[in-house]
Amino acid sequence: MKVTLKVYRFNPETDTKPHYDSFNVEAEPNERILDCLNKVRWRQDSTLSFRMSCAHGICGSDGLTINNQAALACQKLVKDYDYSKEILIEPLRYFEVVKDLIVDLKPFFERIKSISPESSQNSVLDVLDAERIQSVEERSRFDDALKCILCGCCYGACPVMTEQDQEFVGPAAILRSQRYIFDSRTTDQPERLALMQKPHGVWGCKSYYVCTVVCPKNIKVTEAILKTKKKIIEQQPNKE
Amino acid sequence: MIHEYDVVVIGGGIAGLYTALTASENARVAVVSKVHVTRSHSVAAQGGIAASLGNEEGDHWEWHMYDTVKGSDFLADQNAVEILANEAPNAIYTLEHLGVPFSRNKEGKIEQRRFGGHTRKFGESPVKRACYVSDRTGRAIMDTLYDRCQQKGVTFHNEIFIQHLLFELNNCCGAAGYDLATSAAHVFHTRALVLATGGCGKIYKTTSNGFASTGDGFALALDAVLPLEDMEFVQFHPTGIYGLGILLSEAARAEGGILRNGLGERFMERYAPSLKDLAPRDIVSRAILREIADGKGVDGKDYVYLDLRDIGKNRLNQKLPEITSFIKTYLGIDPSQTLIPVAPTCHYIMGGVSTDVDGHVLADKAGLFLPGLYAVGECACVSVHGANRLGCNSLIDLIVFGHRTGQSILREIKSRMLPPLPVQAESIVADKISRLLESKGNECVAVLRENMQKLMTTQCSVFRNGQTLQNALEQIRHLKKCSLKIGLTNKSRVFNYELQEALELDNMLRVAEVIVYSALLRTESRGAHFRSDYPDRNDDEWLKHTLVNETLTGLQENYKPLAVGRFEPELRRY
Repeated sequence: MKVTLKVYRFNPETDTKPHYDSFNVEAEPNERILDCLNKVRWRQDSTLSFRMSCAHGICGSDGLTINNQAALACQKLVKDYDYSKEILIEPLRYFEVVKDLIVDLKPFFERIKSISPESSQNSVLDVLDAERIQSVEERSRFDDALKCILCGCCYGACPVMTEQDQEFVGPAAILRSQRYIFDSRTTDQPERLALMQKPHGVWGCKSYYVCTVVCPKNIKVTEAILKTKKKIIEQQPNKE
Repeated sequence: MIHEYDVVVIGGGIAGLYTALTASENARVAVVSKVHVTRSHSVAAQGGIAASLGNEEGDHWEWHMYDTVKGSDFLADQNAVEILANEAPNAIYTLEHLGVPFSRNKEGKIEQRRFGGHTRKFGESPVKRACYVSDRTGRAIMDTLYDRCQQKGVTFHNEIFIQHLLFELNNCCGAAGYDLATSAAHVFHTRALVLATGGCGKIYKTTSNGFASTGDGFALALDAVLPLEDMEFVQFHPTGIYGLGILLSEAARAEGGILRNGLGERFMERYAPSLKDLAPRDIVSRAILREIADGKGVDGKDYVYLDLRDIGKNRLNQKLPEITSFIKTYLGIDPSQTLIPVAPTCHYIMGGVSTDVDGHVLADKAGLFLPGLYAVGECACVSVHGANRLGCNSLIDLIVFGHRTGQSILREIKSRMLPPLPVQAESIVADKISRLLESKGNECVAVLRENMQKLMTTQCSVFRNGQTLQNALEQIRHLKKCSLKIGLTNKSRVFNYELQEALELDNMLRVAEVIVYSALLRTESRGAHFRSDYPDRNDDEWLKHTLVNETLTGLQENYKPLAVGRFEPELRRY
């Protein structure tokens, strides 16, 4: 059957402003949106640029805005959309567009880096002969956050980032921090909590829950952010 | 642009990151990757990482060593396997201390489960040896190492595609590539260069590998007239989602999943009476294809079923959440209720850039190595996997040999001066890119690639024979000639993926030729290499490693003796 994609196009070498191209491809309802994009690139227009790698929702390369919602092109199938109409394919919002569907992810990865304090870990050159003990319950406190694949969909959807505070550290970075803060083995929890309290840190979150809605891995992102806020309040010394 | 570091690692998967992290203790280290580092295909590793911790039941590193040697169909180098099995437990403890969030058992220790070919007491019965993070073990290790590398000041150069290794006399002094975002040349000048570029699954039509797995490191080695070792041994994972090839971990069978043919029979009982569905991958993949050839595929088609119904919803969500969601997303079915269509999918290459146990790249069969050049991970061949790798042994290979390689680099760079760069280091890449962008031929990258993938899948996968291999070799050579006439329609210098895919195709065709050539040479069946015209293992003639080089007159083979050890070759029954 015929599926029509309406795709955001921008080539910085030739264009002053973006435009949209429509492509018709033959596709089955069970095919991935990524498969459709590849049919365009391999058979119709070799200049279409987008990122991809694993093609099954674990590497996080192909976060896009599909019909106005952030999603992974390899995780969404044609049948997930009303394919009697055009399917609108745009780059992730919030980020600067470099070309077509490719955005500049530097601000994203800088934020992921910003949540980690300087290393206080043992050297990997030390030979260790035992593991640390962690109960099943302790381990479960951060299990949800481990699902994150750093795709950036939550940044492309967060109203705080897109409309209010461009400097906001963002959902995925807080989630990453929560993963360490709630790990019973973490030795630098105070430093991590301090980083979360910096300007544009965890308190920037206004609990719109949009990150939770769009997360391709179904992570309860907002809940993790709220847990982090609660931990900060609990750790503060009681004021008489 | 020229960058200078003490150590440069090409590839940011687990092998690359672990080597980088180790070297970062005392050196300035950069990781260069053609994708963002966190997209490397190590993130797709699911089921676990092998080590004889004995957290669930008695285990011993010598049992692990025996299983690995037997799994390799006795082609692994036993000195290397001894290192792997012996150092595995401490490697896991180090990962645990770095913060890897292993799943835990009731005692709060790292939980372990069964995996294909891993046994107690030298083959007696399956043993729980796989440490894991539910079924996202690779992702969790990657994320931990990524954060640790950042903390240690490792620099990441993302989306730079390396095209050439640079040498000054016999010393490796760096590598040159281009930035996908600008097509500008980047030269990395260094005292130690590490290849950690992973595998080449994309040579085949159906694969569990990502788009980036195009054998780039193999082609870089061939360019440098270095031999590739044992490239005939390509692993097909038994359970890829039918049609898509997406991996469904062996952990599914470890947790109780069963393979069934179209008649509903548990056919693995007939092929491996003792280990059944948890036999090594070469054996299970052949069994599936034999069932299909006998007309016992589902509805006479070319797939069988993976039955996870007995595992139950709760356990699926707890132990196998990722694959449960893959099955729901791509097949629209609930694995606790419905059988899953599966077929073998190209997964891993046992062969690779020939190295010693400290990561040095070997230049010939005598063990000469080029100072400054190292290789680690799937792109390397130590060889610990021989003719067939056991599940969970790749992740532990990355950590054990990543660590050893990082350490040997730290020892050696102290006394190694930075060799001068060749004068044409930047222009060699810039010229290559310009030439391709100006190409005006009428051959199309996507069409040639599809032809290669079909060819390799039909003629050089699980079952092979001399006639089809000879034919495949001719066709690959024809495709290589065609690829010289590629014309790019995309002339952009910004994220030009047609350009990237043309370069990747060139790499894949060269690697495919070596795979087919090596497979044609080896007139026996061993591990993942099964020749229907030579169905038996031949220890008298073939207990040796294949080495293949590119020369001006074509491919040239050599053989390297095997490092034998305490385990004598025996009949491989499970």
